[in-house]
Amino acid sequence: MNQSFFRTLAACLTLSLLVPAYASSTFAVGQLKKAFTVPVIKAKVGDVVTFKNEDEFAHNVFSLSEVQSFDLGSYKKGESRTLTLTTPGTIEVECAIHPEMKMKIEVAK
Amino acid sequence: MPSKVFNWRISLPQVLLLFFVLVGAAIAHEGAFNDPWLRPDAAPAPDDNLPNASRVKLGEMLFWDPRLSRKSSMSCASCHNPALGWSDGLPTAVGFDMQILGRATPTIINTAFNTIQMWDGRKANLEEQALGPIAAGGEMNLPLGEMVTRLQAIPGYKPEFDKAYPGQGISEVTVARAIASFERTVLSTESPFDRWRKGDEKAISPAAKHGFELFTGKANCAICHQGYNFTDNGFHNIGVKDPGDTPDVGRFAQRKVKSMQGAFKTPTLRDVALTAPYMRNGAYRTLTEVVEHYNRGGDVKDNLDINMVALNLTHEECQDIVAFMESLTGAPRVVNVPALPH
Repeated sequence: MNQSFFRTLAACLTLSLLVPAYASSTFAVGQLKKAFTVPVIKAKVGDVVTFKNEDEFAHNVFSLSEVQSFDLGSYKKGESRTLTLTTPGTIEVECAIHPEMKMKIEVAK
Repeated sequence: MPSKVFNWRISLPQVLLLFFVLVGAAIAHEGAFNDPWLRPDAAPAPDDNLPNASRVKLGEMLFWDPRLSRKSSMSCASCHNPALGWSDGLPTAVGFDMQILGRATPTIINTAFNTIQMWDGRKANLEEQALGPIAAGGEMNLPLGEMVTRLQAIPGYKPEFDKAYPGQGISEVTVARAIASFERTVLSTESPFDRWRKGDEKAISPAAKHGFELFTGKANCAICHQGYNFTDNGFHNIGVKDPGDTPDVGRFAQRKVKSMQGAFKTPTLRDVALTAPYMRNGAYRTLTEVVEHYNRGGDVKDNLDINMVALNLTHEECQDIVAFMESLTGAPRVVNVPALPH
């Protein structure tokens, strides 16, 4: 076996060790009794957050944060919306319908 | 000396009867205590403005004092008139120099329980809200600095502020806190609905009971009009028509989110029979018209709240919901109109 084969093998092994460390994670957040079930999430760029409405009435998810603004719209009981985190920083998340519903997502690089 | 008067011997059935009566009463009391449709005894207040008699008395004076308006012609009570359900009986408010404003005067009954204030939620709490109409150009139109100067020039106010807020003087902060303290006493009184919830089956009519069943069921009203104050403190576009060409954007002015376009805060339904006309622009004269609005799923469909759908209620069902809402009228409240300091 030549040298290039071992180089390629070493590169593949290194990558396989690194991939789990950088794989994206998914965070589940419920909306229950007019509150987010998780007050703060510590995540990283590329991670995904799902927001599931567990109340009997509609909820909304949005953020007007400079870090990442979005509006996932309003949706009924049992439905979910998904957010992929794109930018490091702190995102303040709210429900537009029920303004006392607030949470934060701290996004690392 | 033996006496029949103090003969405490009782039979086993009597003991059991007493036991069940006491247990039943305890369960009934606990049930009433935990009933989400019954109002708590007192309104919440912030730690830096806990109410006391001096603060409420001062706030009551300020609430009734027309000198808190530019021309000394309007007080808070001009629009929040206790004789008209702490509102004004008008489709939309009349402000400075008799100009007609764009939104209805909301009642202040139970506003102390609201977690956000004003139709569009632009004030976070009662202390913030209290100064808003005083300074608003279209309303009482008195700059807050001038308000403080005026009050400081009225000798009779100084001892009242000293008693209510010792060492804090007459300032925007103490004026706001005093008015908020008074507003925290403007609470709904016990209504026939409350007596029914506490176990008096005769307190409301069968129609009103059926109306409540519809309210919390088929008609879906309680999805927004939740709990003892009949509000979710939330914002919804319910498809009310605006009379002019320019629709009121409502909450969108505060939160630039699509669903907030044309959305307004859910009002309380306590004493709702006393606060006609209805909706944020006084669009309807009667509660029947209000229920019919919901029954057809609103009128303006552009950005309708996700909960708004046609209900297919019969005329009788609509009337039963009205009967229920009328059962929310509390016992008349005795209102004190204070002599103002000079």
